[in-house]
Amino acid sequence: MLNNEYGKDDTFFFIYQQDICKDKQCFGMNFSEVFKQSNQLCKISPDGKYLATCVQYRLVVRDVNTLQILQLFTCLDQVAHMEWSSDSLFILCAMYKRGLVQVWSLEQPEWHCKIDEGSIGLVSSRWSPDGRHILNTTEFHLRVTVWSLCNKSVSYIKYPKACQKGMDFSADGRYMALVERRDCKDFISIFVCDDWHLLRHFETETQDLSGVEWSPNGCVLAAWDSCLEYKMLLYSLDGRLLSTYSAYEWSLGIKSVAWSPSSQFLAIGSYDEKVRILNHITWKKLIEFEHPATITSSKAVVYKEVEKKPVIGTEDLSVHQIAMGSSLFNTKSNYEITSLPVQVPVVKPDTDRANPKIGISAIAFSADNRYLATKNDNMPQSLWVWDMQRLGLQAVLEQTAPVRCFVWDPCRPRLALCTGNNKIYMWSPAGCISVKVQVEGSFQVQSIMWHGSGDSLVLLGKDQLCLCYLATDEEK
Amino acid sequence: MPESSYEDISTIYCYSTMPPSRQYSHSTMPLLPVSPYSGPSDFCTENNISECMLYISQELSSLGLPSIFYDLNGIRELDVTSALNGMYDLLQLQRRTMGMVEELEVEQLKVSSDLHCQQLSSSKLKDQLELSKKENIRLRERERQLEINVKSLQSCLKNEKEEVQKLQNIIASRATQYNHDMKRKEREFNKLKERLNQLLADRKDKKQGMDVLNYVGRSDGRRSQWKTVKTDARHESEMYKTLLNEFDKHQKELMLENAELRKVLQQMKREMVGILSPKKHSQKEEKCTEFTDQQAASDEEESSEMSCEHAREKLTNSIRQQWRKLKHHVENLDNKASMVQLGREVGEQMISKDVHQDEMERLKMEIQQCKDFIQTQQQLLQQQLNTPCDEETAAVLNDCYMLEEKERLKEEWKTFEEQRKNFEMERRSFTEAAIRLGHERKMFEEDRATWLKHQFLNMTFTEHMAIKTQNALSDYSVQEQKHTSGPKTPL
Repeated sequence: MLNNEYGKDDTFFFIYQQDICKDKQCFGMNFSEVFKQSNQLCKISPDGKYLATCVQYRLVVRDVNTLQILQLFTCLDQVAHMEWSSDSLFILCAMYKRGLVQVWSLEQPEWHCKIDEGSIGLVSSRWSPDGRHILNTTEFHLRVTVWSLCNKSVSYIKYPKACQKGMDFSADGRYMALVERRDCKDFISIFVCDDWHLLRHFETETQDLSGVEWSPNGCVLAAWDSCLEYKMLLYSLDGRLLSTYSAYEWSLGIKSVAWSPSSQFLAIGSYDEKVRILNHITWKKLIEFEHPATITSSKAVVYKEVEKKPVIGTEDLSVHQIAMGSSLFNTKSNYEITSLPVQVPVVKPDTDRANPKIGISAIAFSADNRYLATKNDNMPQSLWVWDMQRLGLQAVLEQTAPVRCFVWDPCRPRLALCTGNNKIYMWSPAGCISVKVQVEGSFQVQSIMWHGSGDSLVLLGKDQLCLCYLATDEEK
Repeated sequence: MPESSYEDISTIYCYSTMPPSRQYSHSTMPLLPVSPYSGPSDFCTENNISECMLYISQELSSLGLPSIFYDLNGIRELDVTSALNGMYDLLQLQRRTMGMVEELEVEQLKVSSDLHCQQLSSSKLKDQLELSKKENIRLRERERQLEINVKSLQSCLKNEKEEVQKLQNIIASRATQYNHDMKRKEREFNKLKERLNQLLADRKDKKQGMDVLNYVGRSDGRRSQWKTVKTDARHESEMYKTLLNEFDKHQKELMLENAELRKVLQQMKREMVGILSPKKHSQKEEKCTEFTDQQAASDEEESSEMSCEHAREKLTNSIRQQWRKLKHHVENLDNKASMVQLGREVGEQMISKDVHQDEMERLKMEIQQCKDFIQTQQQLLQQQLNTPCDEETAAVLNDCYMLEEKERLKEEWKTFEEQRKNFEMERRSFTEAAIRLGHERKMFEEDRATWLKHQFLNMTFTEHMAIKTQNALSDYSVQEQKHTSGPKTPL
């Protein structure tokens, strides 16, 4: 097993464009060999040079381009969480069952660090933005311990709240916002990450504060209540309440929140299947994006994925190098543009259960602020792309299976998504493509990660991973 | 005897048949029996003549006629003249009454037919009335049902509203209850957590700690600093600096945006003023120019004081005013356009109606005339076609029409022939003349040649030269004459 995994040279397969709908560019997509991973633990280093994966209790560090193994570390137990430090020098491996955190250094492979939380248990572990402190949250959220790698100091933060997103670091890494709960009341503490000095501590007017998120410019903190009450609070860095927004009461409220990269907009997705955009000047609703079951008059383009049944015998020209698996997995699919009006397939949620599968569960802005991608849980196979310049619907992608993951390219307005089958899909304003992952055996893509340069993708399967290198050529 | 006569008379009266048309008449005229003549009556016999006379006289006197007898020593003698007069009068009366009876009968017929009509119409109206009554009932019924519906729906709505209110109240009360319970549970949980924390802290085995080979330097390379008041202050100041930077950046962006928008607004205003001013009246133009002057002044002001609120208000107010004017103007134009259209149409209609009618009449007349013309033509054609029943006459007629033409043509042919003959004769004479002329010319040339020969042989050189020049001159003069004679002839 070891030899198979770690001794071989990697070979690449060239695949040319398949079934492009409107796109004139030729994507050359190279798929790498498939590697093992466990727990979907696979991270690219912040500087983009290395790829770290966890296989059971081993930590494997590879070079991103050659995929050669550079380092191999062995942890004491199966790794539950793995994270790069911000300067790409250290990797943190947390084993929650054992209450252990091990830190590895790339520069000095013989350096080791082990943090044992003892009987107090460990629920979550993460790096601080400076890459020299580790924040461990104990079991039952009794406290947060801040371990320093530079000196012997240990800090404790009491009463952290167990909620959806109780801790957030600002983008520049200078401040940390933490949600606390004391005496049945919610508080927010703002710490200076430099020396963990408590900058501000204030109470929030929420029933059950569910999460906080800094704006990308680090000056505004968004705090939202649990789904039982629709309430969004906006605090300035110095703790002043800037604004409160509540769209409606009684019905289930906020499900997802996203800041636009320029901090101009705050997108709030709620259980009423709408996304509301607040603007940063007045903090009032700019526009409401609806996700209706029938799309009628709109400038949007609706792409529908159409699967072609496998026809044994007709193979792709370029794939004769590979011995293909059974042709049953060779279902080709491509996108067809359907004309309006279009009926979006709706899955009615079970109203008796808690956390119903309805509402906007995922929102993401593109890196250039131009587009917003949303997913409505009761239309799980569709992905909606909105144009923020025009404040209207740009495109709707209707897949054959529920959309599992969608991520924007960090550099370009390009969206990659997967639905749990062996294809990856990409949308750009020019069009949509569906590309089959050309690797040995079957590979069901469950999640996607972009490389920081936007040139490659990491595709994660159940216990496999593979890299996809994108080479964009201009029109031939 | 008179009794019996009275009886007879009364029976006559009794048995007089009344015509059926009399049944409904309410005339005040005394009904006179108009019985058909049924033979000589046995009213008067030889025995009761005087009584009859007396009776008749009485009757006549009741009718206003003189009596028919005169008393002569107690014996009633019949005055024939007066009797005849009386009879005549009676006859006249009878005739008159018959006439009246006829008239009355006619009137009665009319009245009865009217009545019949009225009856029919009244029956029809009764039917209609029945129908409409039924319709009315039906509609009332429907209305009643709809009202019931509305009432029931309203009550439903009220119920629903009440239910909604109730549910909301229930939700609110439950929410407070849950909150209370949650808080209670949370307090308990916190207590447990504290207890757990205490217990775990007290436990000596399995202590938490960090085991590290060596401490790593800070990422930024600097050494960590002690926490002092200074550092706190530094943190605060840094935080405020960040915020201020952000505000500055924000403000700059907004200023830029503001400036852009202001520029756009001013341009719009200028353009609006430009559009509005040339189309207005002189008064308005003056006002406008005044306004534009003001605007120009205020523009300058505005450009200098960028963020003055006063200037901003001014600008927005002026834009609003201009926009209102423009809107008003456009509305006016629209109205005018529509009115003009309408007016034009109406005017055209009004004018063209008269004209139209006149034209129509004229055209009608024309059509009529043409029709008449066509008719006459047709008639004539028909006549033409119909009247020549025998071919001879037709042929004769045809010949008649042709004859004139034929005569004319014959005459023309004659004239043509004569002319042709004349032309031929002339041609012949011309040719003869030409031949003669040729002969004469030839002879003349021969004579000339001989004469010249003689001359030449008889002369000296100088004379020859002189003659030559003379000849040349003479030729020239001849030519000149010719030339001079030439133009004269056309004159």
